[in-house]
Amino acid sequence: MDFQAVEAIIGKHQGKRTALIGILHDIQEQYNYLPAGALEKIAQRLQMDLPNLYGVATFYKSFSLTPKGKHSITLCLGTACHVRGGPKLLREVAKRLNIEPGQTTKDKMFSLQAVNCLGVCAIGPVMLVDGKYYGEMNPVKARKLIEKLIPNGRGVRA
Amino acid sequence: MRKIESLSGLEKWRERILARQKQYETVVSVCGGTGCHAYGCKRVRSQFAKVLRENGSRSKIRLRFTGCRGFCERGPIVTIQPQGVFYQKVQEKDVPLIVSKTIEEGKVLDHLLYEEPTTKRKATSEKEVPFYKAQHRLVLANNGLIEPTKIEDYIGIGGYRALAKALFAMEPDQVIEEISASGLRGRGGAGFPTGRKWEQCRNAPGDMKYVICNCDEGDPGAYMDRSLLEGNPHSVLEGMIIGARAIGANQGFIYVRHEYPLACKNGEVAIHQARRAGFLGQNILGSGFDFDVEVAEGGGAFVCGESTALIASIEGRVGEPRSKQIHTVAQGLWEKPTNLNNVETWANVPLIINQGSQWFSSIGTEKSKGTKIFSLVGKVKNTGLVEVPMGITLKEIIFDIGGGPQDGKKIKAVQTGGPSGGCIPASLFDLPVDFDSLARVGSMMGSGGMIVMDEGTCMVDVARYFVRFLKEESCGKCLPCREGLKRMGEILDGITEGKANGGSLALLEELAEVVADTSLCGLGKTAPNPVLSALRYFRPEFEAHIQQKKCPAAVCTPLIQYSISQVDCTGCSACRKVCPTQAIEGEKKQSHRIVGELCSKCGSCKDVCKANAVMVQ
Amino acid sequence: MKFKTVNITIDGNWIAVEEGNTILQGARQFGIHIPTICYMEDLSPYGGCRICVVEISSNGNGKAFLDTSCTHQVKEGMVIQTESPRVIRARKMLAELLVASAPNVKLAQDIAARMGILKVRFPMENNQCILCGLCIRMCYEQMGGKALGFASRGVDRRVSMPFETRPETCRLCRGCDYVCPGMITPCPGIKDPGELCGRCIRLEEMPKCCPSGTFGCFCEQNPL
Repeated sequence: MDFQAVEAIIGKHQGKRTALIGILHDIQEQYNYLPAGALEKIAQRLQMDLPNLYGVATFYKSFSLTPKGKHSITLCLGTACHVRGGPKLLREVAKRLNIEPGQTTKDKMFSLQAVNCLGVCAIGPVMLVDGKYYGEMNPVKARKLIEKLIPNGRGVRA
Repeated sequence: MRKIESLSGLEKWRERILARQKQYETVVSVCGGTGCHAYGCKRVRSQFAKVLRENGSRSKIRLRFTGCRGFCERGPIVTIQPQGVFYQKVQEKDVPLIVSKTIEEGKVLDHLLYEEPTTKRKATSEKEVPFYKAQHRLVLANNGLIEPTKIEDYIGIGGYRALAKALFAMEPDQVIEEISASGLRGRGGAGFPTGRKWEQCRNAPGDMKYVICNCDEGDPGAYMDRSLLEGNPHSVLEGMIIGARAIGANQGFIYVRHEYPLACKNGEVAIHQARRAGFLGQNILGSGFDFDVEVAEGGGAFVCGESTALIASIEGRVGEPRSKQIHTVAQGLWEKPTNLNNVETWANVPLIINQGSQWFSSIGTEKSKGTKIFSLVGKVKNTGLVEVPMGITLKEIIFDIGGGPQDGKKIKAVQTGGPSGGCIPASLFDLPVDFDSLARVGSMMGSGGMIVMDEGTCMVDVARYFVRFLKEESCGKCLPCREGLKRMGEILDGITEGKANGGSLALLEELAEVVADTSLCGLGKTAPNPVLSALRYFRPEFEAHIQQKKCPAAVCTPLIQYSISQVDCTGCSACRKVCPTQAIEGEKKQSHRIVGELCSKCGSCKDVCKANAVMVQ
Repeated sequence: MKFKTVNITIDGNWIAVEEGNTILQGARQFGIHIPTICYMEDLSPYGGCRICVVEISSNGNGKAFLDTSCTHQVKEGMVIQTESPRVIRARKMLAELLVASAPNVKLAQDIAARMGILKVRFPMENNQCILCGLCIRMCYEQMGGKALGFASRGVDRRVSMPFETRPETCRLCRGCDYVCPGMITPCPGIKDPGELCGRCIRLEEMPKCCPSGTFGCFCEQNPL
C-alpha cells in the first residue's frame, strides 16, 4: 500500500500535534479506515510514541481500524431521539442489516454506527446516511431507505 | 477584502457595506442550519437561484443562506425582506409561486405561513409566530440576519464594534470588571462566574496563556452551540478576541465535536475571513495585540466536553480527565494558564461590552443574569431553540412557547442538564429556570437541553438510557465509573426485563452513592443524578417493573404486548405488509390479529395504522 | 537546607509534611496506613483505582469531599480522615466491584478480605487484568521500553501493544511482569464458582490450600 497521500495530509495540517484528530479523519476519508502503515508514518512524523497514537486511534469512536462499508449508516442515540423511538429504530435497522453497531456487513456494503447525538434533535429520530440527514424516521421508512441502497440487477443507486 | 488597520478603517468599511446592501430591493433568506439541510434547504435555494436567474431579477434580489433559526421542525424556513414574511416548510415546488406572488406582487401565500394548531391563526412575520413571540432573543437574534460565511454581513449589523471598544476605549482590567459586574456565568453547565475565571487566569503566573472555546456539546438533546457556531461564528470569535486580550492570551482554540461538520466548516471560514480582514493575527486593528485561533476537531467522545479531557484531546492525547485540584486557569493546555468557556458564554461577551453590564444584569434573576438558550425537544408540539430570560418558569417554556403536549398525552416530566442532570416532574413546573432553583430539586439547568417526556415515556427506561450512555462514554480510567456504571446498567436492565428482585433498588442506590463520591471527574461524579432523580419522583414506576413485572408506560419490550383492537381494525392490511416477521394474520376487510410468538415488537404496524387500532400494553 | 512544611491533621493527629508531598506520602512518613492498588513508589501516581480515597476538608468546618490520597497534595490546615464511615462505605463498594471483576487476582482477593466482604452481589467475571496501569508506567518511566499503552475506552479498555504486536523498542526486560499484581499466585481458596471463599476472614483453618501456610493471606507476604 502506498502512503504518499499520508504525507500530503500531514503537510496540509502542518504536522501539528493539535491537528492529530483532524489528520486521522482525513486519513480515514482517504483509505476508508486507518491502516497500520499510515499510523506508523504519522507517529514518526509527529514524533509520537506508537502506543500513545494507537491509544488515540482506539479511544475515539469515529475511527475504524478495519475497512468500512460502502454505505455508512449512522443512527442517533441522543435523548430526544430516544424518547421518540430511537432504540426501536436502531434495533430494526441492525436486524435488517444483520450486524451490530460498530460492525460492517460481510459483503462490505454497509457500516452501521450508533452515535451519541448528531445535534439535530428537533427532528428526531435522525438517521445519517452517506452524509445526508433524514429526520423523523421510523422502522418502515428506514427499511425502504436501505432497500434503495442495495444493488440490484439494474445497478447501484448512488 | 482589504486588511483593516484602525478603528476608523472599520467604521468606513461598515459604511461601505451598508451602502452596498441598499442596492438590493429584496433579500431572500433561506435557513441553512443542519436541520433545514435535512429537509432540503439546499434544493430550495438552488431553485430560487434558477427562477430568479430566468426572470432576470437576480441582480436586484439578494439570495442567501442564513444561520440556524432554531425552529427546526418547521424547516426549510424562508424569510423575505423588506416584506417581513416568514414562510415555513418550504419545498422546491413552492419557489416559483413565492417569486411571482410574494416578491413581485407583494402577496402573502397562506399555505406556507405558520398556523397555530388550536386557534388556527396564521402568522405573517416571525414576530407573530407564538414560538418566537414569547422568546427574548439576544444571542440568537442575528442568526436570521446574516449569512454565516460572509463577514460583511456581520460587520453590517454592527459586528466587531465591541472588539474595537475593548481594544481602544478600555484597559484589560476594565474589560474583566465589566464582565464581572454583568454577572455572566458560564453557559456550559457549571455556571462559574465568568469574570472571576478570567481574573484568575489573568493573575496566574506565566507569560504564555491560552483561551479555548468548548463546542463539544456532548449533552444528547442539546444543539444550541451547534446553531451558534454554524449560524453566527463571528460573534463567538469576537468574544474570544476580547477575552484573550483581557486575559493576556495570544493563542486560542475552538474545539468542535466531529459530529458537527457544518459548524466546523463555518468556524474555519470565519477564522479565515477574520484573518484577512485583520481581526485575527498580528497587530489587530492597529492596537498592537496579537491573537490567532485554530479549530481543533473532536473524535466522538462525550468525555471530551470535560475541560481537562478536552485539553488532553487538543494536545493529541486520549481524552482522559485529570484531577482538578489544580485548576486549568492555573495549569491547563501544556501546563499553561488556560481559560476555557462554552460557545454561548463567549457569544454573550460582545453584547455585554456593547450595551454595558448594567443592561445585562437587568435581565434575569438576582443570581442568574442574562438570557439562556434552551433546546426544547421531545414530546412537545413546538420543538427548537428557545432563548429566554433567566427566571422564566418551566411551565411557560413548555406550554406557552412549546405549545404543550405533542400527541395529546399528558406531559409527565422534563429532563434538564443532560446526563449530569435529572428529571423534574410536572408538579414542579412552576419552578423558575436558573442555575440554582433546579439544582435544589435534584436536577440542574446544565447546558440547556430540555427534553419533554409524556405518559408514553418510561422513567425506568430513561434512567437506563442515561446509565448506558455514560457507560459507553466513560474513559475507563477509574474503577467506580468503569465498573460501577456497568453494574448499575445491569441492575436497570434486569428491572426493565422483569428479572429484578426487592433488593435491586437498594443496591442501585448504594452503588450510585459510591460512584458519585469516588469518581475522578465530573462524568462519574454526576452520573448517578438521572437515576437518583428518577427514583425520587417516579419510584412507583420502578416498583411496578419489579413487583408486578409491568411497564406502565408500555415501553420496555420484554414486558409489553402488541395487539389489534377488533373493534377499530378496518382490515386494510397496511400492517401485514410492513410486518418484518410476518406476525400478522387476517383477511382483507376483516379484523387482523397479531401472533404473539412471532411478534418482534418493532412497532411498524402501529406506525402505519391509520385507524389507530394497534394497542400496546 | 530549609524546606517549607505544612501542618495537616490525619485522623486527629497533627503532623508537619514537606510542601509538594501528597497525602499518601505524608501518611506513610508517619506510619498511617492507607491501602493502595495502582500506586507504586518511584512510579508516577495514577489515581485510577480510587481505593486510597480519604475524606478531605480544607479546614475542618467546610464541606468534605473524597479524593485519592496518592494524587492529592497537602495544603496548610487540611483535615483528613482515612477511615471515616464515608470512606469505609466507598472502599467496601470499590472492593466489591473489583473482586466481582477479578476474583482470581490476589490483590483483589486480599482487599476484599480486608474490607470484610463475604458475598458479591454482582454477576462475577474472571478478568486477569485489573487495569491498574503499573506495567505501562513501569515500561515508560523506569525501563524506557515505550511498548505498552491503554487501548480503547470504558469497559473495553485494555492494556495492549500497538496493533497487538510487540514493537522493536521492547527489550523483553519483563519489568511489566515484575510489577503486575495479576502475576502473583492467587489464593485458590476452596469456593463455589461465583462466591468468595472467606475462610481467612472467618479465621477458619485452611489446610494445604496455600503455599504460604494456614494464614498466608495475613502474613508478611501481603503488604496490605
